[in-house]
Amino acid sequence: MENRSMKGWLYLLPAILFLGVFMVYPLIDVFIYSFEEGYNSASQTYFGVGTYNYSYVLHDPYFLQAVKNTLILVAITVPVSTGLSLLISLGLSNIPKLRNLFQTVYFLPYVTNTLAVGLVFMILFRKTPYTDGLANLVINFFGGESIDFIDGPYWAKMFVLCLYTVWVVMPFKILVLTSALASVNETYYKAARVDGTSRSRIFFRITLPLISPTMFYLIITGFIGAFKAYSDAVALFGTNLNAAEMNTIVGYVYDMLYGDSGGYPSFASAAAIILFVIVLTITCINLLVSKKHVHY
Amino acid sequence: MKIVLEHLTKTFPGRGKNAPDVKAVNDLTFEIPDGKLVGLLGPSGCGKSTVLNLVSGLLKVTSGKVFFDDDDVTNIPAEYRGVGIVFQNYALYPHLTVEKNILFPMENFKGDKKLSKQQMQERALAAAKLVQIDGLMDRKPAELSGGQQQRVAIARALVKQPRVLLMDEPLSNLDARLRLQTREEIRRIQRETKITTVFVTHDQEEAMSISDLIIVMKDGVLQQTGKPQEVYDNPANLFVAKFLGTPPINVFHGCVKGGKLMLGDDVIFKVKHVEDQDVWVAIRPEGFLLDKHGCLHCQLQNVEVMGRDVSIVATHPAMEGESFRAIIPSTTRVDDEAATVSFVLHPEKVLPFSKADETRIDAKLV
Amino acid sequence: MGKSMDFEKIERGARRSERVRNTIIYVLLGIWALVVLFPFYWMVLSSVKSYSAYNAEYIPQLFTLSPTLQNYADAFTAVPLAKYFLNTLIFTVITTAVMMIVTVLAAFAFARLDFPGKNIAFVIFLSLMMIPNELVIITNFVTITNLDLRNTFLGLILPSITSVFYIYLLKENFAQVPDELYYAAKVDATSDFKYLWKVMIPICRPTLVTITILKVIECWNSYVWPRLITDDPNYYLVSNGIQEIRENGFGRENIPAMMSAVVVISVPLILLFLIFHKKIMAGVARGGTKG
Repeated sequence: MENRSMKGWLYLLPAILFLGVFMVYPLIDVFIYSFEEGYNSASQTYFGVGTYNYSYVLHDPYFLQAVKNTLILVAITVPVSTGLSLLISLGLSNIPKLRNLFQTVYFLPYVTNTLAVGLVFMILFRKTPYTDGLANLVINFFGGESIDFIDGPYWAKMFVLCLYTVWVVMPFKILVLTSALASVNETYYKAARVDGTSRSRIFFRITLPLISPTMFYLIITGFIGAFKAYSDAVALFGTNLNAAEMNTIVGYVYDMLYGDSGGYPSFASAAAIILFVIVLTITCINLLVSKKHVHY
Repeated sequence: MKIVLEHLTKTFPGRGKNAPDVKAVNDLTFEIPDGKLVGLLGPSGCGKSTVLNLVSGLLKVTSGKVFFDDDDVTNIPAEYRGVGIVFQNYALYPHLTVEKNILFPMENFKGDKKLSKQQMQERALAAAKLVQIDGLMDRKPAELSGGQQQRVAIARALVKQPRVLLMDEPLSNLDARLRLQTREEIRRIQRETKITTVFVTHDQEEAMSISDLIIVMKDGVLQQTGKPQEVYDNPANLFVAKFLGTPPINVFHGCVKGGKLMLGDDVIFKVKHVEDQDVWVAIRPEGFLLDKHGCLHCQLQNVEVMGRDVSIVATHPAMEGESFRAIIPSTTRVDDEAATVSFVLHPEKVLPFSKADETRIDAKLV
Repeated sequence: MGKSMDFEKIERGARRSERVRNTIIYVLLGIWALVVLFPFYWMVLSSVKSYSAYNAEYIPQLFTLSPTLQNYADAFTAVPLAKYFLNTLIFTVITTAVMMIVTVLAAFAFARLDFPGKNIAFVIFLSLMMIPNELVIITNFVTITNLDLRNTFLGLILPSITSVFYIYLLKENFAQVPDELYYAAKVDATSDFKYLWKVMIPICRPTLVTITILKVIECWNSYVWPRLITDDPNYYLVSNGIQEIRENGFGRENIPAMMSAVVVISVPLILLFLIFHKKIMAGVARGGTKG
């Protein structure tokens, strides 16, 4: 028996090693970093312990800009992408014929490289001396003025960022919602039809309550994902996001750690923990709300 | 309300490329009289649920017509037909309480049928009382037993006062004891409401015990309709004879020769006006009477005592299958050591069928 | 329902509303399909336009009559795209392979073996699933830097191996293999390891394939960690490579060549997807998120 008990741990050993070194230890360490004031990464020394790092980050205009950007991004993309994917999934569940083809097409963005396709979005929306870009062509067609979406006004840049983010997160949501809709037992709909229930009533009184657990799962993961936005922004606006006013909280963390403004792991840690606290709070609020509204 | 089906046919596209279309229901014509409880009976896959869906309007007919009284409802969508359905899995909305489930159909009423909240609640309560679940109104379906869910489903189907009540295998999800109880319950509710009710089942005992009328189907084709006892006593063909009755009917290879009905070498009856031919002879288990001087000589295999009666398992050279079973009252003494056993046969329980097309040969046996 | 009801009218109305509804659905779905596919079309289109033709189009053309493959040649010669490609391949293969070994062993221990402290260990494992990558990446960066592993494959790979979620997924699948098989194997004196190798893995192959594909996608597209840990283009992966091409690129702004690089790095995953789309979609529906 003694021999067997050791064996179990032996099988776990590789996983424990990797998780210990690259997950558990860093988790503890990041808290320590965030309270070490004046940490110098070259000499690995620090002056004292306190909350200065937090106060620095919270007063850093770049961080505040990043928080603002991230909040706008979350507030727009989560509802838009969830609503749109619900609409599309409902459409898909109504067409048995071409459903598989459409589903496969819709899933494509999931397997593409965010950085790579971001470049395509960039050239579609960018205005250069040589060309106004395809997006502006469409705007001109409807009588609008050309706008540079990549180096132009803040709202235009935010628009492209939101659009691209929605484009990237839709495949996952459509897939999950389509399978949730497909798993609703057909006889509920039959029963409702026989009772002469209108389509909108079937949707609001039967379908929506029955898929509400999936909806809340998507909303929660959507919030978490949108708060961690970063590579979409890099793809569109390049690595110097602070200059483009398009930085996100995660981008701020990495910039503090490494890059042109890097070398401050303490500030990075403080920012990462602030992000974690925000995400945790919002997730908890989401869970509380879902307890009230998810029906079973 | 009476339901009439005329040459009803439903085909489904075959699966896979070049697969032929499947005829689930083939040229079905029958009439269900007003206010009766009708059992639609057949083995699984015979198209009986399809018939139910065609009557309800959930499926579109391929050809033929459906009438409710004199109204042609063939192309009317389900929601306008005024039918109530009890589904096999009950289809109770899991997120709504029992009361909300029962209220649901009434909340869809439009125009002059619209009810006030008060009226709806009164009707819901009346329906709940009818099926004796009025104490469970605040529960959710997951908190109910199978039998209770079944009752809620019936109440929900009845509350909108449907012209027709359709039930798809209403008892199949219940355990044996509950099934017996619930089927009497269904009978009672139908008698009280007098709503024309069609229920689908593959269990012949269930259909026989509570139906006013049974309809037997096989492979989408109507086999026979009639009162349960009539169909049992006078099956139109070998399939119906085999399908009804437990233990099942015993089938023998027989022949008619010179006015005599023979099983192997045993002459069992005289028949008149029947040409010489090979026939199937089906004998109900209760058609055997133990008699030393009987005409049917068999090898005894086993005697099973079952309390009320005794079942004799024996073989005969002309047997289809390995052995047959005769049921006799337990007051008859059987020597289970004996190697052979002889029977006389009750003429009404012996049913000859043509070997060519398995239809009943109408002949008087003496 | 009385005789007053006009059955024909009801029937016609029902048919018409269904046709209208289906048309709306198809239009909506078609538009979204266009939104999804158009960037891919534009990417391929731009990659086959010649440099001069592209720059001469003040109004972008929706098609080209003189496609060229010159840009692809440029993408491989003017920038070290082949090198990025090879690096990504090495990184993906090794990371996925090592992760699979670690994952299979851990999942087996949790699903099959008995040892003291197993339940507590599993709870700790599960709670690790909630830890966001952003929180631990800071220390990992410092750790790898201190170990002098920047700009090495080891530095790239090591922190990318851990994947609590896949251990969980596989453990659930392993647990579905009936206990009787294990006892039968034990009676036949099969060792645990042989049982894992000969029985569990073949039975759970579909899940293993799914996990492998998901991890390959994740590796192929990974950007953040490689960006932190490599600044030597010799160790760039495709994501970093594409960013490098964008910022320092072909000496001058060469969109067609850039697009052909984008096509080249997108093709492997799209091929993988087209072959395995059922498996990938089923796997993601079971709980993958965009990594």
